[in-house]
Amino acid sequence: MSTSAGETRVPVMEAPNVLEFPFSRSTGPVIGAFMTALRDEAKILGATTATGKVIVPPLEYDPETGEATTGLVDVGSSGVVTTWAWVREPGPKHPLAKPFAWALIKLDGADTALVHAVDAGSPDAMSTGMRVTAHFKPEREGHIRDIECFVPSSGSAGGESGTPSGGVRTPEEVFSSGTAPNEGSADASTGQADEAPGPVRKISTPIELVYRFTAGRATSRFVRGLLDFKILGQRCPSCTKVYVPPRGSCAKCGVATEEEVELPTTGTVTTFCVVNVPFYGQKIKIPYVTATILLDGADIGLFHLIQECEADEVHMGMRVEAVWQEPENMVPGLEAIQHFRPTGEPDADYDTYKEHV
Amino acid sequence: MSGQRCAVVGIGQTKYASVRDDVSIAGLLREAAVRALEDAEMVWSDIDAVVIGKAPDMFEGVVMPEAYLADALGAAGKPMIRVHTAGSVGGSTALVAASLVQGGIHDKVLTVAFEKQSESDAMWALSRPIPFAPPTLAGAGGYFAPHIRSYIRRSGAPADIGIKVAVKDRLNALKNPYAHLHMEDISFSKVEESMMLWDPIRYLETCPSSDGACAMVLAAEPIGDAAASRGARPPAWLHATAMRSEPTMFAARDAVNPRAGQDCAADLYRQAGITNPRSEIDMAEIYVPFSWYEAMWMENLGFAPLGEGWKMVEEGATALDGDMPINCSGGVLSSNPIGASGMIRFAESALQVRGMAGEHQVPDCRLAMGHAYGGGSQYFAMWLVGAAKPG
Ligand SMILES: [Zn+2]
Repeated sequence: MSTSAGETRVPVMEAPNVLEFPFSRSTGPVIGAFMTALRDEAKILGATTATGKVIVPPLEYDPETGEATTGLVDVGSSGVVTTWAWVREPGPKHPLAKPFAWALIKLDGADTALVHAVDAGSPDAMSTGMRVTAHFKPEREGHIRDIECFVPSSGSAGGESGTPSGGVRTPEEVFSSGTAPNEGSADASTGQADEAPGPVRKISTPIELVYRFTAGRATSRFVRGLLDFKILGQRCPSCTKVYVPPRGSCAKCGVATEEEVELPTTGTVTTFCVVNVPFYGQKIKIPYVTATILLDGADIGLFHLIQECEADEVHMGMRVEAVWQEPENMVPGLEAIQHFRPTGEPDADYDTYKEHV
Repeated sequence: MSGQRCAVVGIGQTKYASVRDDVSIAGLLREAAVRALEDAEMVWSDIDAVVIGKAPDMFEGVVMPEAYLADALGAAGKPMIRVHTAGSVGGSTALVAASLVQGGIHDKVLTVAFEKQSESDAMWALSRPIPFAPPTLAGAGGYFAPHIRSYIRRSGAPADIGIKVAVKDRLNALKNPYAHLHMEDISFSKVEESMMLWDPIRYLETCPSSDGACAMVLAAEPIGDAAASRGARPPAWLHATAMRSEPTMFAARDAVNPRAGQDCAADLYRQAGITNPRSEIDMAEIYVPFSWYEAMWMENLGFAPLGEGWKMVEEGATALDGDMPINCSGGVLSSNPIGASGMIRFAESALQVRGMAGEHQVPDCRLAMGHAYGGGSQYFAMWLVGAAKPG
């Protein structure tokens, strides 16, 4: 049975696709010291360079020379806005829920500017050259957001507060100087070793990317077919091979595939894997079998589950058939087929499928 | 091979380990890069351009390494290029760097590849569900295991070939101080008794998850000549370079013996004038993340006739003292910082022809192959390096 899928335009299917994962970063000594000083001392550290500059936030390596930075120094918690942009509608992950400015802030004693939020109330209160002061959270965890935001400095006196102090420190000195003792340090004189966290060595940096995924025409037709209990492939006009799932093109010939072919739900296991790994998001009891199934009349294997038999009964050449989801459980995708199961027919002859092994 | 002559004059590796939580990603790369510069007797300002490679972004969540890592690699004011070809990326990164020298664009190029698997979960990153698409169901092993089963059926290989490769590579790793796995008690029975994860792949027939970085300095002919005349750390000369790719899914694709791999090797041999690779090439470092792939790649690379790659394993030909030593460093089976794994193959092949491979050195190694593959066996990158300049 063949029809032309190219004649009528059907809307493509869409679905949300969210990529989300909490990466666990090792800070390394320099960033770790910066985070530790934010948490334990409510101080902002810069990195000193061999050329006498102070980089804030600190970097491990001087961008100008490529050499390692030489130490850490306290910079002021106040500084000057060098440029800014007003955010009228804060997003869910912004540091403030009300309108604010993203600003580059050159802290007193620093040679580079730090990007952070300024809570000024209105864009009229913002100006390049204005002085701002860091507002620290009372409860801090060792993160750039331990600075809740910067606020306009109140008068010249307030603006001068928090000027740089002290000399150059090493990361180890920062790790051991705060209210929290260094977990790896022999100096437990504060007597708070049980409660106090050690230096900040790791931070969690979650990433979330929210997409609107568009299936494309070939996949949309395939998925709609599945919801109708039909397996629809496409034939390449050049090599005549039948693709399932169809991709809208033949990757071998580089041409569009438009001729639709309805395939039976029966096929042959060409190769398979017995899975014993309880892996992320897995819903199936191990061991289970994933197999490449060559549907009768198709020229490319379909990857799916084999169930309703013991894992060790599955073998190459085994004849199988699709088991559909119950109508109330139908989902738009290949999971519309629950799994494949043995048909009980005699095995296919090796010669009939050996090109696919 | 067309273009200017190119030499590997510096190589740096970190110790590969399951967790390197003492350093940031930048610090990890830096360690390898500094060692490569020291080997090359160069400083940061000597380098003209930097080419980096890493595994797919979600593997450790750094989506713009070319921006984030510029400081650590001294790239300010220099061209900085990022290469991206899935698991083969370490190899193709080295080849892009080499092309800048071969094309006469730059004289001294630093190339670095890395992975910090401990900061994420590569298995998860490989198995992300995509709307409407067939579920991946089983991770990387679940993708490759059926192809291994196909290979066994097609070749009639005995069932223990994968075990033999796994033992051989872990024994080699004991001679490589940088290797992640140092399994003093490795044995046939230990591998055989390890859990069957993705039948026919056992736990000890798979690669580990590693943190690590590898770096090389590739340089123009006069710089290679200078290194040769200094003598202590001689250069490795590039004799041939090739890359090929193919789609993951097309009808009549041979995923066991991919055409792209065959073509890539054929191009390599043509460039170097090689007609009998097994006798003319002294050793190879090839990308074997699951032990059976050694036998499979022996055929794909033309070291063995079709269906007979497993015999090389059985005969011990691929052992350190065999006639075609494979993965003397311990290979991907012993160290797998994914983004760097391809470059480690290239770097180890260069160490061999430089005579600097230490305890895992193949005696009198004159010509060696570095090989990497990635994706669903769809990207291939290879080079041949020699102790002498190409003729
Ligand atoms: Zn075609």
